[in-house]
Amino acid sequence: MAELLFWPALLLYGEAAVGYLGEARRPGTSGRAATWGVRLGWLAQTALLAVQASRDDGFPWGTWAGSLNLFVWLVVSAYLIWGCRRTFRLLGLAVMPFAAVLLALAHAGGGIGAASRSPYSSAFLVLHVGLVLAAFAGFTLAAALSALYLWQERRLKRREATILRRPAPPLAALDGLAARTVWFSLPALTLGIAVGVARLIADGDRVDALVAATAVTWIVWAAYLALRSLRGWTGRRAAYLALAGFLLVVVVRLALPATHFA
Amino acid sequence: MRLVLVGTSHHHAPVELRERVALDREHASALAARLAEGGCEAVCLSTCNRTELYVACTDPEAAERAAVAALAELEPEVEKALYRLRDQAAGLHLFRVAAGLDSLVPGEGEILGQVRGAYEVGTTGPLLDRLFRQALHAGRKVRAQTAIAESPASVSSAAAALAEQVFGDLEGKSILLVGAGKISEQAARNLVSRHARIAFVANRTADRAVELAERFGAEPLPLERIGEELADADLVVSSTGAPGFVLDAPTVAEAVGRRRGRPLFLVDLAVPRDLDPAINDLDGCYLYDIDDLEAIVAETLVGRRREAEQAEAMVAAEAAKFHEWHASLDVVPAIASLRARAEEIREAELRKAEGLLGRLDESQRRAVESITAQIVNKLLHLPTVRMKQAAAAADGVVYAEAVRHLFGLGEDER
Repeated sequence: MAELLFWPALLLYGEAAVGYLGEARRPGTSGRAATWGVRLGWLAQTALLAVQASRDDGFPWGTWAGSLNLFVWLVVSAYLIWGCRRTFRLLGLAVMPFAAVLLALAHAGGGIGAASRSPYSSAFLVLHVGLVLAAFAGFTLAAALSALYLWQERRLKRREATILRRPAPPLAALDGLAARTVWFSLPALTLGIAVGVARLIADGDRVDALVAATAVTWIVWAAYLALRSLRGWTGRRAAYLALAGFLLVVVVRLALPATHFA
Repeated sequence: MRLVLVGTSHHHAPVELRERVALDREHASALAARLAEGGCEAVCLSTCNRTELYVACTDPEAAERAAVAALAELEPEVEKALYRLRDQAAGLHLFRVAAGLDSLVPGEGEILGQVRGAYEVGTTGPLLDRLFRQALHAGRKVRAQTAIAESPASVSSAAAALAEQVFGDLEGKSILLVGAGKISEQAARNLVSRHARIAFVANRTADRAVELAERFGAEPLPLERIGEELADADLVVSSTGAPGFVLDAPTVAEAVGRRRGRPLFLVDLAVPRDLDPAINDLDGCYLYDIDDLEAIVAETLVGRRREAEQAEAMVAAEAAKFHEWHASLDVVPAIASLRARAEEIREAELRKAEGLLGRLDESQRRAVESITAQIVNKLLHLPTVRMKQAAAAADGVVYAEAVRHLFGLGEDER
């Protein structure tokens, strides 16, 4: 059943990614088709997660690949909140190819199948993994908004004659939305880390590389908000900082989990 | 009823000629009423780019003569620049006009309102009523389903659209107007129409700055003080006659430091330029000069022309629907007579059989009524459809005559 739901979700996300590429070339039908691809793909993936949750006794996304599956769902959910609006369609170009590739990776890593039993309680996993992943999904979206900001800013600076042919979100909206997304995500990460650290102390475990990298990620995103509020770091500088923060999210998500999950 | 169009536009007449046949709403209404005398219908569409008379009449020759004479009365020279179209071609022309496809700037939005205005003050009947309603519908459809009207068509609207690319909603954004000439005022007006507000007007001549500032509820400034107010402004629109830069990059850089990351959008409409091009290199500053804006407008016009191809197909389809309806009017009387005759025969035959039918109960009588009516309808369905098709292919009158002849329609009256 999960397999049956995975393929439509992947295909629809892939269709959306291609559709947004078409939208970037010529706005219109392909953008609308892409938007429907995201919506229907998200429904298919939601059903997939529901099937996984009903099949397993505990938290079914405790593995690296399983958490990747959940992470993709969270990213697309966050994107769906306002990403399907016409002015933000181009954001899909930054989000959907990434989502499709990660979902395929989750499948390849066995994140769609049955989860192995985790030594941790479901409550702990929901809080720790769920909150950290939700925060990372938010940061991913903030980074996508920042990347779109830098692209749009470059077009405006270059005074491209074609700038009005492809409507993109205004710089102020991109900058503001990225900041708002971080404002929601950072508390989630803080709480997720706190739950993890509490568990670490209770079990008398050592801090591993992933915990350290996550802490650095937290510092970068906290600096993003602090510099923004206190020093007026908005626009280009904020966008570069968001991309740096996202790089750490990628490192934490893709490179280091082997040590943490081990 | 035949449809006649007589008119002139920017394609055929220069502005000196067009302005002499341009009519205001009141005069256009009076002229339409005059042309509609004697059972015709008429609408006068008069804008800065065209004056067109649409007349629906049974005698198209006379209607055309009257329309030509009416325009020649305003300016005899216009006769050489007039175009005369009839029926299908006239209908298609109005559909294209309403969609903005015949405009100087393809897809411009003003024309739709002007067509609606002309229709409202015209002397319309069934034909022009339908024509204008369908043309307005086609115009709205083209705007909704293509991107023809989405891009700006002038330098000032391009500047406003670019400002929206930076700020999004311009509501409450403050403008610093440098130079109190017509060009900067026009650009500022475009921004004001999008809810930005002119906060400062700086000009070399204080009187003019005060006058313009009062009109917009802004604060007048001497040119030397614009650097001080830069920290508070969101948009700068400049068009002075100064020989050198009015605002240099170091002054703006100093102001940028006080803006806490807020972007600054600058439009330089002056030649020679007022604003130092190096300003564009500063973080958060976006500077566009007249060449940049003109290049954007030229590019968007290319885009509009591309969209116009799609719009042409939509308009042609809508005009074809109108033509089908219009052509069917030729055969409608024949169809109505044929149906009336068939119904007459059916009722007469039922009356003849009254003796037999009298023995039937109410439900059986209703069944006989229904069956005979269905036979008539089924027999006449195909001829009706074929006659309407023939009408659309311009053979309607021939078919109508044949039907009248074959079924002896109208012979009783003769």
